[in-house]
Amino acid sequence: MNWKRAGIAALCVVPLIILFGYGLTRDPKEIPSPLPGHDASPFALTVFAPGQAPLARAPGDTVKLADLKGQVVVLNFWASWCLSCRDEHQILSQTALDYVGKPVHFVGVLYNDEPANGTKWIEQMGGQSYPSVTDPGARTAIDYGLYGVPETYFLDANGRIAYKATGPVNERIIRYLVDSLMAVAAK
Amino acid sequence: MIRVLVALLFAGVASAQQMMPADSILEARTAEVASQLRCPVCQGLSIQDSPSELSQQMRAVVKDQLRAGKTPEEVKAYFISKYGEWILLEPKAHGFNLLVYALPVILIAAGLGVIVLAVRKWTQTPTST
Amino acid sequence: MTGLLAHDSILVSMAVVLFGMIAVPVAVRRGRRDLIPYAFAAVYTNFLLITVAALSMVYALVTHDFSVSYVAQVGSRETPLFYTVISLWGALEGSILFWAWVLSMYAAVVVWVNSRRPGNLVPYAAATLLFVSFFFAILLIGPADPFGVVKNVQPDGPGPNPLLQNHILMAIHPPLLYLGYVGMSVPFSFAVGAMLSGEVENDDWMRITRRWTLSAWALLSAAIIAGMWWSYEVLGWGGYWAWDPVENASFIPWLTATAFLHSAMVQERRGMLRLWNLNLVVGTFLLTILGTFLTRSGIVSSVHAFTTGTIGYYFLAFIAVVMLASLALVAGNSERLRSVGRFDSPMSRETVFLLNNLFLTAFMFTVLTGTLFPLAAEAIKGVKVSVGEPFFNRMSLPIIVTLLFLMGVGPALPWKAASKEEVKAKLLPPGIGASLFLVGGLLAGARNVYALLAFTFAGYAAFANLREYWIGMRARHTAHGEGWGTALFRLIGGNRHRYGGYTAHLGIILVALGIAASSTFRTEHEATIKPGETISLAGHTLRLKSMWGREEPQRSVVGATLEVMNGAAVNGTMEPRMNFYPMSQSPVPTPAVRSGFLGDLYVNLQAFRPDGSNATIRIIYEPLVPWIWFGGGVVVFGALIAIFPAGVLTGRRSEA
Repeated sequence: MNWKRAGIAALCVVPLIILFGYGLTRDPKEIPSPLPGHDASPFALTVFAPGQAPLARAPGDTVKLADLKGQVVVLNFWASWCLSCRDEHQILSQTALDYVGKPVHFVGVLYNDEPANGTKWIEQMGGQSYPSVTDPGARTAIDYGLYGVPETYFLDANGRIAYKATGPVNERIIRYLVDSLMAVAAK
Repeated sequence: MIRVLVALLFAGVASAQQMMPADSILEARTAEVASQLRCPVCQGLSIQDSPSELSQQMRAVVKDQLRAGKTPEEVKAYFISKYGEWILLEPKAHGFNLLVYALPVILIAAGLGVIVLAVRKWTQTPTST
Repeated sequence: MTGLLAHDSILVSMAVVLFGMIAVPVAVRRGRRDLIPYAFAAVYTNFLLITVAALSMVYALVTHDFSVSYVAQVGSRETPLFYTVISLWGALEGSILFWAWVLSMYAAVVVWVNSRRPGNLVPYAAATLLFVSFFFAILLIGPADPFGVVKNVQPDGPGPNPLLQNHILMAIHPPLLYLGYVGMSVPFSFAVGAMLSGEVENDDWMRITRRWTLSAWALLSAAIIAGMWWSYEVLGWGGYWAWDPVENASFIPWLTATAFLHSAMVQERRGMLRLWNLNLVVGTFLLTILGTFLTRSGIVSSVHAFTTGTIGYYFLAFIAVVMLASLALVAGNSERLRSVGRFDSPMSRETVFLLNNLFLTAFMFTVLTGTLFPLAAEAIKGVKVSVGEPFFNRMSLPIIVTLLFLMGVGPALPWKAASKEEVKAKLLPPGIGASLFLVGGLLAGARNVYALLAFTFAGYAAFANLREYWIGMRARHTAHGEGWGTALFRLIGGNRHRYGGYTAHLGIILVALGIAASSTFRTEHEATIKPGETISLAGHTLRLKSMWGREEPQRSVVGATLEVMNGAAVNGTMEPRMNFYPMSQSPVPTPAVRSGFLGDLYVNLQAFRPDGSNATIRIIYEPLVPWIWFGGGVVVFGALIAIFPAGVLTGRRSEA
């Protein structure tokens, strides 16, 4: 046994082991979005679920991003077949109500789902305070670099994407983002 | 016998080639671009191969943009701007990425060198022991 | 109850294994040869205990004992019995248990067969296998415990992963893969045993494991082909290979094992390449463990990756220990393994084997770096990149066509040295095959340079390999006056190793042709049609007859019935389906495949209106795809010829 050679050979694999060790600390499914900091893509989508007063919009109305200039926009992509959308539904709906009268606009975007299923789902979940729109062909979803649902985008008053949340959002993060984006807009 | 086999074999294939749908050029260009973009929901496959709904919709976007006169590079740039470089199934050949292209070539070159030297040595020296 | 029994038998097996592992070095160092039978007994006992554990799991699955955590995870009363049994390897914990069982079985068999051999090689090999077993036992009581006790026992479970209960091939692919993967640990253990016992200068370890290596290689080949077939029949995208990390993980060790099968012949013939062969055997085993690590730890993203816990860290520790120890061992022994032989001429089969090894190794290296590169890019540059099909195709095609060419040159060239005339006489005629296939490819419309090269060299290699049979048969025919059939039979029987190899070559050529043709000439079309309307591609017309749905106990199925039209006549039906499992968000497709000699018609239901008023159908014509599956069978058949004990074919043994 030549120990010197043995040692050198062993040393060669150390970087590989370190690399694997590093890899274990990362989640390969987590892919950072390049969008935050960039202008949000414009959209004009048709309302299918009206929401509740005072946030209600008539079904068939068009929600345009251009019309929402000067407001913080919370864009939530969801679907009736999405299990984890159930976790955030109540929180989003309630938080939107809390911000009534402030320059904040919540919009739900139905992703790859039939509007009829969406309406039924909202009913089952006990209603949704803000309106939801359809996204034919998932064009808007692709414009926003969507991987899956739920995903929530926070747009600042200048129409820039400030933050993208993957997976269900919690109340703390919604409030934190909306409050700070409003504060920036007010300056 | 082989000749017959080959004739048989490729006759069927040739007829397959001639039957192409009408807008085949756009479809082929779409397939070309789509096979370089990674399906976001299935991870391993391209949006050309993946049967998932989002992939079909992304293919439609590719097709529309090509039809509107964008070049394949511009279409890819659009998807990179939305999803990051991750969306490309083949890393761009620049900077650090060059390594993954160069290493195998270096290995083969070095290996060929070693083989040439070894064979020369083994054929020249008479057998020892 | 069963859970407890199984749990205890694994715990006991650990004690037994530990004893066996320690007994061997003690026996050798202290001269206590009397201890060695006890070490061997530990190997057998381990096999019995793991068998008890594995059978308990099957029993728990079949009896729907939802108090066992693994059953609660993958079991369901609605799942058909067959899929319930095979869900033994359908998820992480079960697959580790199955792996441990296969390993313990191999260890028991290899020790049983070789226990009378004097010397320390077999005891050390047994100790190495026990060491690997010990690691899997740790997994089974730690991060991959399938026998956890469920406190809140539910009346029913979610059932296995839908992708895995959708096709019969799922019963075939994983066990083949494990049998092949685990099989590689036998030659590894003997290589390590040879180094530890100081018997590395003689080639006994290789002679003993030759059949093991071949069998493991054949199983791995079959597993890869079965995996491709499964992917083709289940995933609905019409392809069979996507360079997914899991696929790469099975392919990488196959490449080094293939390299070893060839270079081992140089060692047998010329007593050379000892160090290199040792490296290949150790490397192949490391790559099987690495592949398992990659797919079981969730370190690289993959469609098939199992969900993870802490198991990655266990694997990392094991890989680190095995890599450091075995590389140190090989390097430390390298001086004793210096080549002593020599080559007679550069124009010889030996040289082709060296090139074959270089390109196989380079292929392995390319796939490995490509698979790991996203990780390196993130670690060093902090960016997420993807390395997928376009990259692997670009990098591997030149290597593949080179290997195809070498596959024709190698069998044609003799050992030692070929004269100029001999080289001409051997290497020129296969050019006929090459030009025929080239012209065929051109006529068929192929213009891609790699596709044309692949056809050309496949033609070259096919001609060269078939010619070897022909030459041998003709010699027997003229010398002994044997009939052609007898001549072929005796020819193969007289040198099973060689002709088994040529048969495997022919199988690989069929696979290569299938891949080259299907990727070059594949055509597809997608359309949304209403019942009564038709969709056409490549001279095939399908008419949508009806859409239908049906409820099955474990799933809901939506299907489209398409009539295959032959003019106005209906020539059979195809029924692509979509399966909706309650636990899965996206439906699992079942494409319909209609196979012919020249190719498959592949139809997938992409989408449909819930009211059945239309369906989006993807129709793909896949030339020569059935040749891939058939070629895989030929490869395995070739390996079987080489594995079979001498005498089965001819009743006598001769070395040519």
